[in-house]
Amino acid sequence: MTQISGSPLDENSYVLETRALRAYYRMKYFGIDREVRAVDGISMHVRKNEIYGIAGESSCGKTTFIKAIAAAIRPPLEIVAGHVNYNFINNDLYALPSKERSAIRWRHLSYILQGSMNVLNPVRRIHKTFEDFAFRHMHMGRSEFEQEVKRHLERLRLPAEILRAYPHELSGGMRQRVCIALATLCKPEFIIADEPTTALDVVVQKDVLAMIRETQSEFGSSMIFVTHDLAVHANITDRLGIMYAGRLVEEGRTADVFSNPMHPYTAHLIASLPRIGDIHPRNALTGSPPSLADPPKGCRFHPRCPLAMEICRHENPALTTLAEDHRVACFAASATVQPTSDEKPQHPEALETVR
Amino acid sequence: MIAVFRDLFRYNGEFAIGFMIMMVILGVAATSFFSPYAPIDSYLVAMDAPPSAEYVFGTNSRGQDIFWQLTFALRNTLAFGFIVALISRILSLAIGLISGYAGGAVDRVLMSVNDTFIVIPLFPLLVLLYFVLRDDMTWFVLALVMAGLGWAYDARLIRSVMISLRTREFTNTSVFSGMSMPRIVTQEHLPYVLPIVFSTFMNNMNWSIGLEVTLAVLGFTDVDTPTIGGMIFWANQHSAMVSGIWWWYFFPTLFVTLTFIGLFLLSISMNEYIDPRSRLDRMGNS
Amino acid sequence: MTGPLLQLEGVSKTYRRGGLFGREEFRAVDNVSFRIEDNEPQVFTVIGESGSGKTTLARMILNMVRPTAGTIFFKGQDLASMRGARARRIFMKDVQPIFQNPFEAFNPLKRVDRYLLMTAKNFTPARSSAQLEAAADRALKKVGLSIGEVRGRFPHELSGGQLQRVAIARALIPGPSMIVADEPVSMVDASLRMSIVNLFRTLRDDLKVSIIYITHDLATAYYVSDRIIIMRKGEVVESGSARVVLENPQHSYSQLLKSAVLSPDPHGRGVLTGDSAASQQARASPHPQIDNLEPQVR
Ligand SMILES: Nc1ncnc2c1ncn2[C@@H]1O[C@H](COP(=O)(O)OP(=O)(O)O)[C@@H](O)[C@H]1O
Ligand SMILES: Nc1ncnc2c1ncn2[C@@H]1O[C@H](COP(=O)(O)OP(=O)(O)O)[C@@H](O)[C@H]1O
Ligand code: SF4
Ligand SMILES: [Mg+2]
Ligand SMILES: [Mg+2]
Repeated sequence: MTQISGSPLDENSYVLETRALRAYYRMKYFGIDREVRAVDGISMHVRKNEIYGIAGESSCGKTTFIKAIAAAIRPPLEIVAGHVNYNFINNDLYALPSKERSAIRWRHLSYILQGSMNVLNPVRRIHKTFEDFAFRHMHMGRSEFEQEVKRHLERLRLPAEILRAYPHELSGGMRQRVCIALATLCKPEFIIADEPTTALDVVVQKDVLAMIRETQSEFGSSMIFVTHDLAVHANITDRLGIMYAGRLVEEGRTADVFSNPMHPYTAHLIASLPRIGDIHPRNALTGSPPSLADPPKGCRFHPRCPLAMEICRHENPALTTLAEDHRVACFAASATVQPTSDEKPQHPEALETVR
Repeated sequence: MIAVFRDLFRYNGEFAIGFMIMMVILGVAATSFFSPYAPIDSYLVAMDAPPSAEYVFGTNSRGQDIFWQLTFALRNTLAFGFIVALISRILSLAIGLISGYAGGAVDRVLMSVNDTFIVIPLFPLLVLLYFVLRDDMTWFVLALVMAGLGWAYDARLIRSVMISLRTREFTNTSVFSGMSMPRIVTQEHLPYVLPIVFSTFMNNMNWSIGLEVTLAVLGFTDVDTPTIGGMIFWANQHSAMVSGIWWWYFFPTLFVTLTFIGLFLLSISMNEYIDPRSRLDRMGNS
Repeated sequence: MTGPLLQLEGVSKTYRRGGLFGREEFRAVDNVSFRIEDNEPQVFTVIGESGSGKTTLARMILNMVRPTAGTIFFKGQDLASMRGARARRIFMKDVQPIFQNPFEAFNPLKRVDRYLLMTAKNFTPARSSAQLEAAADRALKKVGLSIGEVRGRFPHELSGGQLQRVAIARALIPGPSMIVADEPVSMVDASLRMSIVNLFRTLRDDLKVSIIYITHDLATAYYVSDRIIIMRKGEVVESGSARVVLENPQHSYSQLLKSAVLSPDPHGRGVLTGDSAASQQARASPHPQIDNLEPQVR
């Protein structure tokens, strides 16, 4: 890992900022030697009190990105370059000693993950799990803690009976709600949600999403919300980043991205969304997403892109601001739209071309 | 295969240490074939000599060279563990597969037998058997008995793995590809079950060696076949501790402990290599 | 002969829950009847939340589970009267499944082409390895792949979309007249979802294969299906032409489902603000989610 000393955030309204973040899986094991570039140069920031969405097809590196910003790096995953800054540490996360880093994970961050069963201990009743997770961090007496848990459940409109249940006695939706309650009990500044509703049905999903939105705005937390389901993003996120093959290809206010997608990949994704009442044929993209162990040179989308040009084969388009609060990484889009104002790309590192 | 072995050795500390320990143990056991003395002969050398250049591990009160005794004892103890593990693995594999695959009444019957074996108090049973069989309780009979008692726990494990494999979607894909059930079990499911068999093999060896040593120390085995436990038994008989002949205890104990550690380390490192999940991790599941 | 391809008459499946004492009967599928005609291939969609009995229904149609009551006829033959490996093989040649999770559909430790060749060997006249590969390749071509792309590959070396297409190709090799697809798009993302659903259209129109499409995604159901049934707790609550039912659902449960669909369009957003039918209903009861507390048995 290259260690460039991180600078404190200049803009106070950012909660999280990543700069040219690279996280690779590096495996040298039993005669196999490979490098999966799952996160390859992502620069973005999350503002206070917003839900920032990350979309992209499966295996494009969403979960890896989450792991990198949550300091949940375990071999073979390595941070290869770049910075992760949080305003509450005022420093580069990876410049901290690892002990402090994990303390931050407990104090300021919390997670809602897809497999609720992996979070809830199957052989312990729910209230035990609450104790295991949060008691140490709440600094209060046991009965006070129990009261607080009950109050919290009430606030989230969950019945207190669930505390006595075992995880397998609850439905999938209920388990996911319990996980949300667990994740928000300590009123974290930053919540990370990775596909929290992907395994749920429409009706339950809607309810869980509403709960997430309400909880987030009540506590004023900031949030990164990852899902491949664009309809979910349309309904819950404030800003949206689209990932393709380990890179951020477009980012903007969710409404803008939907109404005016500028990257050909985003445009395709949005055009292919099915809607009730609309049966006109949708075309699927040709080809399949590249292997991150051996990604194509230049723009990683070029083998599938209808607008691909010669330059796309050799150079990696930088994420450039093309409209207010709307960044796109595409040569074709940049050619048709003049970058607004004199604004240069915010982080020079983001421009550095790879391969 | 050689690359795998080399990388295991290089990147997996447990494997490297376990492997080296077991090489030493096997080496010592193998020298028994070159022993100048027959294992049960006594009063061949000076008695109660402490470790020296002539007798590296010393001699005991029965006039035997402890080093050469130990080589026979290790060989027998390892062979004992190996036979118990081999037979009990075959039993647990067969019973686990049949029970998990057949389900229904067959499963219920087999599993109630299985549960009986799990709750049987092993130690008293073995002691009882010793008193019933007496001289017929040879080394080999004991191995058979322990194999017959040592399969139950892992059979249950294999059964539960089989049941979860049966409900995996790829099993249905295989069915609708026209494969017969026996074929699915041997070709699709066995690769998940064999790693369990391998890693429990080492654990089972440890278990049976431990039990054999305990029984032997207490004199409930055929003490005329030299084993590690048998050596300690004789040391006790001659009150070696009281007479300060510590080496009579020390070397058997040291080597049996090393054997435990070596087998244990191998079992966990093999586990890591053979476990389909970690194998997939290494392949990088996308 | 133009009888129905598939006909279900009052099909129910009861599971027993609980231990030796206090056993209770539980109806996973309750008195379901419908028919699919032989001469008009169609996409027949089954919609319902999880636990509504969709998978149980699919398994009964695939003859993997016997109904506790009612009869299933496939091409006029009662599935319950089917005996022996040979009869089962003839049935499997005609009815093939596609499962939910493409990553689970193939053994992770085996190469995927193995299943294609195996299917070709067991259900087609092909014998030599060249013939088998040719049969697999023909099927793969129908889903936009070729044998070269999958030969010798392990599941983890293919993307989810490729795997799901390989699974569909495998199902096509015997030349079935019906495919039962249990939530084939639940685990895949939007653009892939459309390519799979488009494939169903092609199968229906060009290969005359009827498809039983099980899903909880109303939007793709609308896009692709001809007829639809909506299930709740094992019972069919509404059925009919897909477009008619989804545009104007009559049953309150169908309406609830439709109202919960998240729209990507600006004017359809805002269902999360809590003024929709579902949220109001949830708030009306003192313990809004308490009915979700019922134990799950698997
Ligand atoms: N533990 C791992 N070892 C090696 N490669 C991995 C590991 N986890 C994920 N990957 C690879 O990293 C890439 C990104 O995966 P992931 O971040 O999980 O994607 P997403 O969450 O978008 O589906 C994939 O190509 C995947 O194969
Ligand atoms: N083998 C089984 N034994 C007992 N209950 C079952 C079994 N299979 C399914 N069920 C129950 O039947 C109900 C319907 O399940 P399923 O058909 O899988 O629904 P869906 O596919 O719509 O989610 C569920 O409540 C489930 O718990
Ligand atoms: S940079 Fe080129 S290949 Fe990439 S999306 Fe834009 S036009 Fe397509
Ligand atoms: Mg993920
Ligand atoms: Mg199902």
